[in-house]
Amino acid sequence: MDTMIETRGLTKEFRSGKKTVTAVKDLDLHIATGEMVALLGPNGAGKSTALRMLTTLLAPTSGSAYVAGYDVTSDQHAVRRAIGYIGQGNSAGHAQRVNDELVASGRAYGLSRAGSRARADELLESLGLTEQATQKVMTLSGGQRRRLDIAMGLIHSPGLLFLDEPSTGLDPQNRANLQQHVVDLRRKHGATVVLTTHYLEEADSLAERIVVIDHGQVVADDSPAALKSRHAGDRIALTFAGPDEAARAAQRAAAAHPAAQVVQDGTAVDVQVAGGAAMVTGFLADLASSGLAPATVEVARPTLDDVFLALTGRSLREGRTDIRTDARTDITEEVAA
Amino acid sequence: MTALDTPTRTNPAPAAAGPTTSRPTGQLHDIGLVFGRELRPVARDPFSVVFGLIQPLFFLGLFTPLLVASSGQSTADTLQWFVPGVIVMLSLFGTSTTGANLQVEMQTGSHERTLVSPLSRSSLMIGRALKEIVPALVQALVIIGVAIPFGFRPDAAGLVVGLTVLAVFCVGLGALSYALALAVKENQWAFWAVQQTLLFPVMLLAGILLPLEGAPGWLEVASRLNPLTYVVDAERALVAGTWDGDAVAGAAAALLTCVVGLFVGAKTMRASS
Repeated sequence: MDTMIETRGLTKEFRSGKKTVTAVKDLDLHIATGEMVALLGPNGAGKSTALRMLTTLLAPTSGSAYVAGYDVTSDQHAVRRAIGYIGQGNSAGHAQRVNDELVASGRAYGLSRAGSRARADELLESLGLTEQATQKVMTLSGGQRRRLDIAMGLIHSPGLLFLDEPSTGLDPQNRANLQQHVVDLRRKHGATVVLTTHYLEEADSLAERIVVIDHGQVVADDSPAALKSRHAGDRIALTFAGPDEAARAAQRAAAAHPAAQVVQDGTAVDVQVAGGAAMVTGFLADLASSGLAPATVEVARPTLDDVFLALTGRSLREGRTDIRTDARTDITEEVAA
Repeated sequence: MTALDTPTRTNPAPAAAGPTTSRPTGQLHDIGLVFGRELRPVARDPFSVVFGLIQPLFFLGLFTPLLVASSGQSTADTLQWFVPGVIVMLSLFGTSTTGANLQVEMQTGSHERTLVSPLSRSSLMIGRALKEIVPALVQALVIIGVAIPFGFRPDAAGLVVGLTVLAVFCVGLGALSYALALAVKENQWAFWAVQQTLLFPVMLLAGILLPLEGAPGWLEVASRLNPLTYVVDAERALVAGTWDGDAVAGAAAALLTCVVGLFVGAKTMRASS
């Protein structure tokens, strides 16, 4: 397959005062034409910085990057012509009218006036913005503005589209809407899509390939399914009548399955282990022989959050990290004792 | 780090989508696009230009009688001296705010989007600065129209050349304003603090509101170091139909400001990425 993006040792350092912060470190990335790739990581992981280097917004400190066949440092103009970009902010000027801004954007990419108008009408129609065409951008709702951002990014039918945190700040309905457009873009035009996200569901549902980035480096790179089966087992979630029973069950589980990760939180016990679904019957029988009967049992396939936790020791979801890490420390100590 | 192999040139044209552009884009084309885009909201809402006329008309209506009274010259002679200065002042007010409009777009993300587009970097500056000149020119024509019944007599050819010289100066000033916005980023008070701190001394030292004849020596020297002084002198000479050294010096000062402004602007743009 043809190569769409190729980076070698791509690095970006920021200097603030005397300190040098490495936002992206030695990134080697190969993305083929037609791929749909998500760069997944927590805020500050370096994924947006990587994207900004690939889109010529930031100059790399060292290393090289070729996008659509062109060098991002020496051939910026050619890169810019070849890509579409939907950033974190709103692409359209607030004082502009919706269709004026779209047509002007198309012409910046070399479309003729008539060609740009036709394309703008087509996009407004498909994004449900036809009625807003002559409205000023500042009068649009948040969801409408985001849809306009998509239209701006697609006006020149780019073969390669970058999206930086596309869903941030969108309600679930608009998020689903946006994802549908990205899927359509690929199906209709065979475009290559690279997006950054810290929404696991988004990466899971959109991308065929996920590059997990943490502290500026790639920590995993695979399909969502492969990442889940390799880096996180099935999760058996049990609840008990009281915390004492839960604690005993957690100890039993840890003793019976040394490879499992066991977390107790109050009356709840989470057992995470590869092939957990197949073990659950035996595990329940083992608990019953000790007189422990769980009130509820749930077996869940691993999520990307589990993958991220397994890879980095931290949760992607804010607010959950502390509880889980603390709980795990407690159990480990108890098991050791 | 080991020496990196040059990656093999990969397929430049995404196969499925085809080439995204249908014709070449040149520098003038880009400037035209940026200029047109910036001007469009003004053209759609011309009331803002009409509203902007009120202030300069006040200057003309309230300041001219003071000048007449203090100089003892006729109204016609005073207008002949004062109107070119007011026109320059209007253009300064407009183009020095180029960066403020940019700051708004830096905050929303629309500036970033234009940086990813193939529009040339200098066209982003020049197009924006040129846009700020248009309302100023419209206002200048209205001012001239109002002043003529009171005895103001501009030389037509001189006026056209004078406004062109002014436009060249303003592109430079607009580029500097653009660079200032990039330098202070989204910090709006910093932009206005610098803009106001620089604009007023430059304006007063150029002798726009009051003549500098008879000023103390140090003021005279400061005035001679100010490029705007030469532009204002040139405007007055050209509007009077006098084609002399003042006009040439003004054109040179305008050109110099333009070159310096674009150079600083381009440098700031490179540094900010």
